[in-house]
Amino acid sequence: MKVGLFIPCYVDALYPEVGVQTYKLLRSLGVEVDYPEKQTCCGQPMGNAGFERLSVPLAEKYDQLFRDYDYVVAPSASCAAYVRVFHPGQIRGKDPQHECMASKKTVDVVEFLHDILKVDSLPAKFPYKVSVHNSCHGVRELGLSSPSERNIPKFNKIIDLLSLVEGITVVEPERPDECCGFGGMFSVEEKAVSLKMGSDKLRRHISTGADYITGPDSSCLMHMEGVAKKLGLEIKFVHVVEILSAGL
Amino acid sequence: MSTRHSTYAEHYLQDNEVAERHDKTFFGVREKRDRMAHDLPEWEDLRKAADGIKRHTVTHLAEYLEQFEANAVKNGIHVHWAADSDEYNAIVLDILRSHAVKKVVKSKSMLTEECHLNESLEKNGMEVIETDLGERILQMMHLAPSHIVMPALHVHREQIGDCFREQIPGTSESDDPTYLTHVARLHLRKQFMEAGAGMTGANFGIAATGEVVVCTNEGNADMSTSIPKLHIVSMGIEKLIPDYRSMAVFQRLLARCGTGQETTVYTSHFRGPRPGGEMHIILVDNGRSQILGDADHWQTLKCMRCGACMNTCPVYRRSSGYSYTYFIPGPIGVNLGMLRDKDKYYDNVSACSLCCSCDNVCPVKVDLSTQIYRWRQELDSLGHSDPMKKFMSKRMAFLFNHPGVYTGTLRLAKAVNWMPKCLVNSKLNPWAYGHKMMKFPKNSFHRLWKKKKI
Repeated sequence: MKVGLFIPCYVDALYPEVGVQTYKLLRSLGVEVDYPEKQTCCGQPMGNAGFERLSVPLAEKYDQLFRDYDYVVAPSASCAAYVRVFHPGQIRGKDPQHECMASKKTVDVVEFLHDILKVDSLPAKFPYKVSVHNSCHGVRELGLSSPSERNIPKFNKIIDLLSLVEGITVVEPERPDECCGFGGMFSVEEKAVSLKMGSDKLRRHISTGADYITGPDSSCLMHMEGVAKKLGLEIKFVHVVEILSAGL
Repeated sequence: MSTRHSTYAEHYLQDNEVAERHDKTFFGVREKRDRMAHDLPEWEDLRKAADGIKRHTVTHLAEYLEQFEANAVKNGIHVHWAADSDEYNAIVLDILRSHAVKKVVKSKSMLTEECHLNESLEKNGMEVIETDLGERILQMMHLAPSHIVMPALHVHREQIGDCFREQIPGTSESDDPTYLTHVARLHLRKQFMEAGAGMTGANFGIAATGEVVVCTNEGNADMSTSIPKLHIVSMGIEKLIPDYRSMAVFQRLLARCGTGQETTVYTSHFRGPRPGGEMHIILVDNGRSQILGDADHWQTLKCMRCGACMNTCPVYRRSSGYSYTYFIPGPIGVNLGMLRDKDKYYDNVSACSLCCSCDNVCPVKVDLSTQIYRWRQELDSLGHSDPMKKFMSKRMAFLFNHPGVYTGTLRLAKAVNWMPKCLVNSKLNPWAYGHKMMKFPKNSFHRLWKKKKI
């Protein structure tokens, strides 16, 4: 099985460690991993801001770069969701005959470990209490957990994986899948609402007594960390992959 | 980078206590709705059925409208057709004048808000009295609804007490809710007795039987139609459903989604005039046919105005109805406002973090967040895109489309870490409003890979 690693722009620039740990974790599980160097961004920041037309070339480039891998794995649920939900329509808009190969093979790292590799043991140890941040696109576009709005059997793939880690205590905040208020440029255009959503979410995470907030999206974590530091709220942040790969 | 919505919301959030109460109240309604949804094992099947029925009816509207009209006429009801709000207002006025009516009692109807009926009637010398308690309070306070199902939930009882004391003679100093409701009841009873006509909306129109269904919790629609001899129903053409079997699906969904009740206290079927009375139904288009022809947005016609999307929307809960410039707020309001007038209501398109929660509560599966995403794509060609967002998007797209420039830029990005704090945290950096600036690491992932340090 050959996997193409997609390290989205902001993970590349701000959280390279998340990329490194994803690579190490996949390698430790015997997966052949390649990183096409010409990759940049899935286009979501421009699309959500209303400039999808500027990101269509990125969708085409993405499809060229990744179409021949068995899977494309990204340590960022929202970016994986954007590729899967929006890329096919964008490319079809330009070329109705084009079959978007890379899009349907793109998965978030949590999905890859849980659904494809079906990992049932990990050597990781993480002796802390963590509060899980169920990010919106992970929940409602990728199905990493059952959305609280729906009447379907309850599940949570992030928690399933974290439960394999020795010493960890996993909790969820009240309103476990309410948005943290990041939303790309939403966080600056609707800055007051975004800040209120972020601080409300942080307080709910903090009141679980957790040492860390963890989630599959560094973007939500980045937003909440920025708000926490601005408001002087004490809690640490760690990407799910950094816990699952602890010690590698 | 701001819109009228974001500016109003920023102002609203300055009173943290009010904002928190608003959020908690409406999330409480969402939780009641969740309990209802989780109590019914067939919940997701009901949503699927409701979606299917609405899809079918809306895409076969002409046939069902004709069937509805024929059956209603058979039942002795006068049926009128209004292409737009002016026609609608004129028809209502005409009916009222021909019956020498001076005073009208109304149960809640968003369609009459949409068409500005009250203003139109008052301009022509009619006295119009809202009889839904929330709507009556707002009417007395000269305020607009801030939610489509619970229009006055943002008004506090002290304000209501003051309003009643000023306008209803004999109201005592107490702000006790039961007492205030009692005052309202006596006050409204008098209005019902004096009115020459009763107006209602319609939650559903049933084609097979030619009747309308009105759901209320206060019985005010029933009072409005039981005392005056003249009943006028205002109904948007999208409110139609085929038959009783379909009604059974919606009856189970509406109140559960809207207020977290199994059913509304009153579900009244109006199938014809009272003995010696007259019943009129006005079928209103007012832009709906246009929406039906819009491939990207026709699904808004499936909406049954339960308000669940507002209650779950984290942006609505934290910005309140008045931060939106269209009279219907929240996810469905953002979309309906754009369909009403893109140049007037585009400011609300910013009011969405694309969390998709609305899509998942919606009982008829309107693709609300996808539609908001689509409106955003239109703003630039409408001349309403934000110049700063456009500049940033273009700059990002340039970088991402040129991998060499992109990686080069990343190597320079860490210079931000060494910039003076006053510059990084200045007003020029919109991120700094709510966030402390992030630190850029020494190497990007790309560079680590290049250097073979992974």
